[in-house]
Amino acid sequence: MAGAFKPLKEGRHEANLFRRRALAGFLIIVLCLCALAVRFAFLQVERHDEFSARSEANRVLTRPLAPARGLIYDRNGVLLAENVAAFRLEVTPEQVRDMPDMLARLGQFVPLGEDDIARFNALRKGKRSYQGVPLRMKLSEEEIAKFSVNRWAFPGVEVVPYLTRSYPLGAEFAHTVGYVGRIDTDDLAKLDKGDYAGTTHIGKTGIERYYEDRLHGEVGYEKVEVNADHRPLRVLPDRLAPKQGENLYLTIDSHLQQVAEAAFEGRAGAAVVIDPRNGEVLAMVGVPSFDPNPFVNGIAHADYAALLAAPDKPLLNRVIRGSYLPGSTMKPFVALGGLELGLRRPSDTVLSTGEFFIPGQSRAYRDDVRGGFGRVDLVQAIAKSVNTYFYSVALDMGIDRFSGFMSTLGFGKPTGIDLVGEGSGVLPSREWKRARYKQPWYPGETVIAGIGQGYWVVTPLQLANALATLANRGIPHTPHLLRAVQSGLDGRPEVVSSPPLPGVIHKPDNWLAVHQGMMEVVKIGTARGLNDGFPYVIAGKTGTAERFSRTDDTWTSISASPIERHQVLFECFTPADQPRIAVIVALEAGRSGAHDAAPIARKILDAWLPGDIEAQGIDPRTKVAASSQEPRR
Amino acid sequence: MMIDELFASLRYRLRSMWRRPRIDLPLFGGLLLLMGVGLMTLYSASDFDRGQVLAQALRFALGLALMFAIARVPPLTLRNWTPWLYAASVVLLVIVALHGEGRGANRWLDLRIVRFQPSELLKLTMPMMVAWYLNGRPLPPGWGTLGMVGALIAVPAALVAKQPDLGTALLIAASGAFGVFLSGLAWWRIGLLVGAFVGVVPIAWHFLHDYQRNRVLTLLDPEADPLGNGWHIIQSKIAVGSGGLWGKGWHHGTQSRLEFLPEHTTDFIFSVFAEEWGLVGVLLLLALYVFIIARCLWIAAEAKDTYARLLAGAISMALFVYVVVNGGMITGVLPVVGVPLPLVSYGGTSAVSLLAGFGVLMSIHAHRKTVAG
Repeated sequence: MAGAFKPLKEGRHEANLFRRRALAGFLIIVLCLCALAVRFAFLQVERHDEFSARSEANRVLTRPLAPARGLIYDRNGVLLAENVAAFRLEVTPEQVRDMPDMLARLGQFVPLGEDDIARFNALRKGKRSYQGVPLRMKLSEEEIAKFSVNRWAFPGVEVVPYLTRSYPLGAEFAHTVGYVGRIDTDDLAKLDKGDYAGTTHIGKTGIERYYEDRLHGEVGYEKVEVNADHRPLRVLPDRLAPKQGENLYLTIDSHLQQVAEAAFEGRAGAAVVIDPRNGEVLAMVGVPSFDPNPFVNGIAHADYAALLAAPDKPLLNRVIRGSYLPGSTMKPFVALGGLELGLRRPSDTVLSTGEFFIPGQSRAYRDDVRGGFGRVDLVQAIAKSVNTYFYSVALDMGIDRFSGFMSTLGFGKPTGIDLVGEGSGVLPSREWKRARYKQPWYPGETVIAGIGQGYWVVTPLQLANALATLANRGIPHTPHLLRAVQSGLDGRPEVVSSPPLPGVIHKPDNWLAVHQGMMEVVKIGTARGLNDGFPYVIAGKTGTAERFSRTDDTWTSISASPIERHQVLFECFTPADQPRIAVIVALEAGRSGAHDAAPIARKILDAWLPGDIEAQGIDPRTKVAASSQEPRR
Repeated sequence: MMIDELFASLRYRLRSMWRRPRIDLPLFGGLLLLMGVGLMTLYSASDFDRGQVLAQALRFALGLALMFAIARVPPLTLRNWTPWLYAASVVLLVIVALHGEGRGANRWLDLRIVRFQPSELLKLTMPMMVAWYLNGRPLPPGWGTLGMVGALIAVPAALVAKQPDLGTALLIAASGAFGVFLSGLAWWRIGLLVGAFVGVVPIAWHFLHDYQRNRVLTLLDPEADPLGNGWHIIQSKIAVGSGGLWGKGWHHGTQSRLEFLPEHTTDFIFSVFAEEWGLVGVLLLLALYVFIIARCLWIAAEAKDTYARLLAGAISMALFVYVVVNGGMITGVLPVVGVPLPLVSYGGTSAVSLLAGFGVLMSIHAHRKTVAG
């Protein structure tokens, strides 16, 4: 057997050799372990801060907390837009093995539309696979129950509570309050990413859009501890609560709004009610309207297509974007222009023969009555809507002074109301025509502009704005919808002031004469009978414009039916001596302003009256007779 | 051989085996302390999984029982068994190479009752064989002896590396090499061998598996693939570095508790320890290892014959390889090879084979006066 015995000397030699080697080995070991210790010290002391930060970054996920959106009320505290609790299905793609199969199986319990799946797939692309992606919004209780029973079969799918915007009055305020919708790629480009980190919806139209900054609030943050699979384990105490958006109180009176809308009985048109003393819009109605609620979480393509294709254009916000030919409703403003420019005195008369000619031209511009009205002054001209009077005033003004004066009343430009997308209408002017048609201006066009015809296009809001300025004796206010703002739940609503703009009527006699004419309209003129039973004196003016379509050089009437061939309007304010309400009603099809539009205005006034009596503290009905007989000259 | 002599020898052996075992108390105390630290760290790293800790404690108990049993076997008996044990473990390795099973690597041998890795056996039989062979040769060894020992080391190491289990192959080769080193191999020969090894590295690179190459490449630049191969190293360095001087406290290590750190109960348990106990804890743990190794080398130096000396010395120094390779791996200076932290990492075979090794040391210590040189 090898090496069982060795000479003693050799053994001792080997033992010594081993001792030396063991010592050398031990020194090497200690050296290596020291090197290792240095390495540990380098990581744990020298680079400690760096690795600490990375460890925290691993562990802590900062989650944005979306602020609750501010609520929207009418002037009396009626809720127009609220946040309601709802449930949605959310999918974490990382935890789903076979997505198409899962969606197919899920569809048996919770109906999934093609839109849902298409949107889901689009949203997925922008997120990490461990982030939840909403699949179906607004689950019904039945759907939640069905899914919950079968939940075990769908790992990675969860029912998540959220707050969604709801508009309890629906179509009533679609054009005023507007609606919110999911943030899309266009919005993302404009938004502050940090501020909207937890927010899914943003104001798309109306007040919701205009006051987005006030309504949105401020984002909060919470920190959650996550594991390596990004699964949240617990919420850390370090938390910044979101700040709720501001609650808005509108100038709108929802009761008045409802009455006004009902008065239209479904006929297409628009109405605007303004308090001329301060520019507060009490009601703005566009008929037909649409239910904004489906838009919040994405309206189905088919439904949206149907809305787009509807002949009455329910999506069109008629109050701020509708195009109306003002017709005779423009006459009080033309008369005012004549006075203000010093071309007429109120007592000056014009002979109406039924036909009006520009000197040296043969084309006749007609009155409504064959043979004319005879000699009329300003008051009679407005009361009877005598075209000849206004032809001659407009012609004397000339187009430049005409459009200049009308511009001071706000025509041809947005009024500046707190809504997005307001139209400008068309104020006939030499510049406008040159820009639009590259043609010179003809005097005949000035003549018909004098009765609100020709190139004129106004939005109901522009007309209401001009009417309110006239009613308020020439002191304009920017029409607006925001009355007061409430920040925080316990905050007091703070009224937003709207200072008056510089006056545009310089002689009180001028507006007095025009007011007189408009009172006569209701008393004996085109809208007589409107004041019956109403305690305040109403001043108004009808407008009936033929609906033409223009092809090249010829004007053709749109409809042969007398019920439909006119665009009819009515404007009025009351009480005539101290106007507190101004109303514009425009119907897109009707017989005449007095016949169709004026009754709607009266219904609005009737609905407004009780509140006004309460606010005034005196019941004017006791002195009806006295006030209507009192001459105001 | 006479019947009487046979009986006498048997009686003697039985008596010596059943005598109160003479355990080296400092070494035993050090081992118990280390196992305590291991179980405590495992309890935290497994997120208070009592079952896992209990299983590990049972393995420790099994290992300690084996340690006591081996401690009663005289080194002479071990020496006589050595060639057979070595041969048996190499045969088992060959069987595994032909029929083995395991996740991604053929390491396991299923014996129906127990499944174990024959490569673990070699951690013990390799230094035994080297000690046995060198015991019969004139020392310091010459080139001829060196060549023979080289073959004894290379064959099983290559078989294990082929499984592929680079970490264990490294440990086996190292334990053999330490035997040669301790036998007094001339320094100039060592220098030449190291030089030759450095020359061979580029050639060895060629034969490495892709995953082994990736480990080395990842080590050089872990951030290049932070979610793939670099993940282990990066997360381990974060764990260690974020521990700081004093550590985050027991079970407050977020890297392991939140599962950012992979293999945090086995190969990377040292990272958990470093995260929770900081540099101070690491230094104390390293000091404990130094103490154990020093004590083992002391026992080796006291042994009276060359076989016992070399065997004890090689086992002691192999322990150091575990610590340095594991520590280098979790701090990102050495590639990720599956080397556990001795008596701390979760895992049965490694704990049992280590404690069996300490049993050999205890035996050498206990019989240092009964075995004639």
